[in-house]
This record gives sequence, C-alpha cells and structure tokens, in this order.
Amino acid sequence: MKKRFFGARRALGIAGAFVLAAMWLTPFLWMLRSSLMDMTQIFQYPLVFVPSPVQWENFPNALTSLPFFDYIRNSFTIVLGCVAGILFSCTLSAYGLSRIAWKGRDAVFYLLMTSIMLPYFATLIPNFVIWSELGLTNTYVPLILPSWFGVGTASVFGGGMFNIFLLRQFFRTIPPELDEAAFVDGAGHMTILLRVIVPLSKPSLICIGLFTFLNTWNDLINPLIYLSKENRYTIQLGLRTFIGMYNAQWHYLMAAALFAILPALLVFLVGQRYFVEGIATSGLKG
Amino acid sequence: MLAHSKRVERRNLRAGLLFSLPALLGFLLFTAGPMIISLVMSFTDYSIAKPVSFVGLKNYVDLFSGQDIFFWNSVKVTLIFALCNVPACLVTAFLIALLLNMKKLPCLPFLRAVFYIPTIIPIIATAMIFMWMMSPDFGLFNYLLELLGLPGSGWIYDASSVLPSLLMMTAWCSGNIMVVFLAALQGIPRSLYEAIEVDGGGQIRKFRHITLPMMTPTIFFNLVMFMVSSLQAFLQAYIMTQGGPLNSTNYLVYYLYRTAFEFMEMGKASALGWVLFVIIASLAGLMFYLSKYWVVYGDER
Repeated sequence: MKKRFFGARRALGIAGAFVLAAMWLTPFLWMLRSSLMDMTQIFQYPLVFVPSPVQWENFPNALTSLPFFDYIRNSFTIVLGCVAGILFSCTLSAYGLSRIAWKGRDAVFYLLMTSIMLPYFATLIPNFVIWSELGLTNTYVPLILPSWFGVGTASVFGGGMFNIFLLRQFFRTIPPELDEAAFVDGAGHMTILLRVIVPLSKPSLICIGLFTFLNTWNDLINPLIYLSKENRYTIQLGLRTFIGMYNAQWHYLMAAALFAILPALLVFLVGQRYFVEGIATSGLKG
Repeated sequence: MLAHSKRVERRNLRAGLLFSLPALLGFLLFTAGPMIISLVMSFTDYSIAKPVSFVGLKNYVDLFSGQDIFFWNSVKVTLIFALCNVPACLVTAFLIALLLNMKKLPCLPFLRAVFYIPTIIPIIATAMIFMWMMSPDFGLFNYLLELLGLPGSGWIYDASSVLPSLLMMTAWCSGNIMVVFLAALQGIPRSLYEAIEVDGGGQIRKFRHITLPMMTPTIFFNLVMFMVSSLQAFLQAYIMTQGGPLNSTNYLVYYLYRTAFEFMEMGKASALGWVLFVIIASLAGLMFYLSKYWVVYGDER
C-alpha cells in the first residue's frame, strides 16, 4: 500500500518536471513559429500555431537590413580579447591568492571579493568619464582592457572578480604536495603554475573561458555606453537598433532574436558539462 | 633557522603580491578607484558639457527632499521589485531543482538544459520574445487566457500588471540559481536520509529535517547574490518598458542611467549610485546578520 502511494507521488513528480519543461520551452517554440511566418499569419486571429507557407525569407530579409555580420565580427573581436585577458589575469591572480602562503593573503582576497557586491553602474560613471577624457570611447579598449586585470563583464555569474573566486576555489582542491615536490626539484612559481596547476585545472579554465565568452557576447550595457558609432556596434547593439526599426514586425524581430541566440546556444551545447561543473563549484562555501 | 623562515616569508610575500598584481591593479583601477571618484563626483555638478564646480550635498539634498520628483518612487519600485523578484525566482528555482533531483529521473541532461538555457541567451532576445508573447492583441498569453475564458491582461503595457509580467520573465531566467541548488541537493549525503528511513520517517520528514537545513547555506548564498543583482535591475526597464508605464519600472539603475547618459548629469547620477550602494550594502549586511538565526552550518570539512 505504502509502496504504491510512493509510486504515485513519483509519477506526479515526473509529470510535473515535464509539464514545467514544456512551459519553459514555449517561448522558444513561439519564437521559432513566429520567425517562419509572414505578416498576415502573424496578425491572424484566432492565432495560428503552424506557419504555412514557411517563410524562410524572413531570415535573409531581417539579417540584411543592418550590417549584422559586421556586428558579429565586432562582437567576436571584443569577446576574444576579453576571454584571453580573463584567462591570463585570473590564472595568475588565483594562483597568487591560493597557492602561495603570504601574510594578509586572505584579507586581500575578501577585499577583492567585495567588488561583487558593488553596484556596477556606480563604477561605470567614473570609468566612462575617465575613458572619454582619454579619448578612448568608440574604441574597444574600455571593453577589453579591464579583463586583463581580472575584471570580467558584469553579470551575476562569472562577472567582475567572480572568475578569480571560481578559479581559486578550484586551485585550493589541488593537493599542496604536488607543488611542494616540484619546488624541491627547483621549479619556480611560474613553472609550477604552467606545468602542474594549469594542466590539472583545464575544466575550470574552460569553464571561466565559456562564461566570459557568453557574458561578453550577451553584454549590452558596456557597448551601449562606450560605443556610439554604428560601425563599432556589437550584435546586441545591432539588435537594439533593429527593435526600433522593425517595431511590430514581429516575424522579422523573432528571426533576428533566433539568430542572436544561436551562437550562445552553440557554445552552451558544446561546453555544457563545464557550465554545470563550474556553477556547482561556485555554490560551495569558501 | 629563524632568519631562514623570515627570508622565505618575505619571498612568498613578494611572489604572492606579484602573481596577484593583475587583480590588485584591476581592483584599484576599475573598482575601488572609480568608487572613490564617484563619491567625489557626487558632490559636484559634473556634466560632460560644462566646467565642474563643487556643490556640497546639493545632489543628495535634491534627491531626499523630494525636489527630484522621481527619486522616492524609484527607490520604492526598486525595493518592491527586488522583494518580489528574489522569492519568485528562488522558489521557482528550488522547486525545479527538487524535481530534477528525483532518483532516476528520465532525460535529466535534457531537462536540465531546458531550464538552464534561458539564462545563457542574450537578455535582449529574451525581452523580444516576451514582449511578443505579451502583446495585448496578438500575443500568445492573452490568447491562452481567452481560451480559458479569462479576460486579457495589458501585461508589461499596463502599470497594474507590469510587475508580475516581469517576474514571469525573470523566473524563466532563474536557471543559474537552479543549477546551484541542484548541485547542493546532490551533495547531501545519502546516509542522512537513510537515518530517517530507519526511524520510519516519510518524505515530508526527510524534507523538513534533512533537505531544508542542509540547503540553508546554499539558499543564503543564492539569496545574497540574487538580491544584489535584483536591486540592479536595468535591462528589462531599458528594453521593454522604458521605465513605464507611469514610472512603475523606473528602477534606480535605469534612472541613474538616464540621469547620466541622457540628461548628462554625472554628478547627480553618482549620488544615485552611492545611494544604491548604501542600500545594497545595508541589505546584504542585514542578511549576514540574520543568517546566524537560520543558516545551518554543519560540520565544516
């Protein structure tokens, strides 16, 4: 009797999970459905669910109305600069903050981590003023350079100094005997970092690289503030402009949205396991 | 021996600082430095166009005295949004994590991806999709309401329904929190549940006496992180509502953005930034203070 009751609850749980998943998929399906319709189908009432005929032309039409491929190239330039910068600066800093014992290290680490609590816009204004005084707005310098000093594009996960937190968390799980042995063999810190720590930390490095990729690719705030010349626009700024231009032409807007989602989706599907591992690490207490 | 250890200590200090240098410089140049500059700026009438002069506390007085007609409303809607958004997203994420944590759930990787993907796509695309589904005349949501025989809603286009509409969207994007919860749930040792089973306890007792207390550190972590980010809501207001309808989404950060980059009043915007900073710091401090009453830290490993 008890057993059967448990079975019923389990069935209910599984059904619940799948019903919720269906609800979560609905926006994607609605986007797909709308991106393949023509204007008359979009504004047909009662609503139709399956596009017929399928309007593949929406994609070329939407994507050639603005130089989206230039925007993508611009986005990639910034993303690559940031990913390289974050990997460089965070590897060095996380090593210094976890594998070397020095006085005041943990206090310095916690001080750095307070930056996660700071409202991003409060620092954005002085940063903007400084960059514009230096004449560097409308270049990619303000967007890329902070990454080379451990400051990632703002976001809840993987932004700001969060990458250092994540990496330090992982470095601390590597047994100290490993670098002590290398140290006795006469290896310096740089050798230990490159030969011992980095090879063991590949999953974590890939994880912060992917996070940085997505956060930078998806970032609207920084490009919005620093880039005003259209030839410098990123894909997100392009989308924002596109919304203004095609206000209410939902079939084009959904085609563009689908196009903007694809790179992020691709990166996620390729690196799925690293994301889940990385976020799980971040939830550990440290 | 003592001299030797002193030397090692000094060498370690030098190496440690050298390796941490990128982050230390980043903190000074892009975080701490700008924070101080913004504090100084908040006492000026700095604007890109004209020469700067110190105005003392004028920016703050203008805000708090009600001279600025938007400020108090902006504080109010920001706090209300955060106070609703945090529980809405945390409860949704926790519920999904509990479901995904069921033993031998079929298609777990697929389900996990479905709930996680909304967090990794550009928020501007998310906003476009929800604006379209919430369209009063040809949107999916009103159509479904009509099928159920319910009256349609103005969704984000109506001051009375804009908050729940935005919460629907943010809850859809709560996959990050869900994954943290799920990882923590999976980390609860089986032996604890078995102890309850031996005592003849059922699912509810397991949940109340094992799952919930074991999850409190993770709930606390998510609570603080998500509170901080909810108080900085910006993109929904910027893309979807432009602060409206009737200023009901004129969140502090959105108002700060407009003050700085549309009205070019950098001094006043810096003051707004500091007000927000104080709000965030005091709420986070309060949470840390209250945490000792409800967060259960088990035996530290």
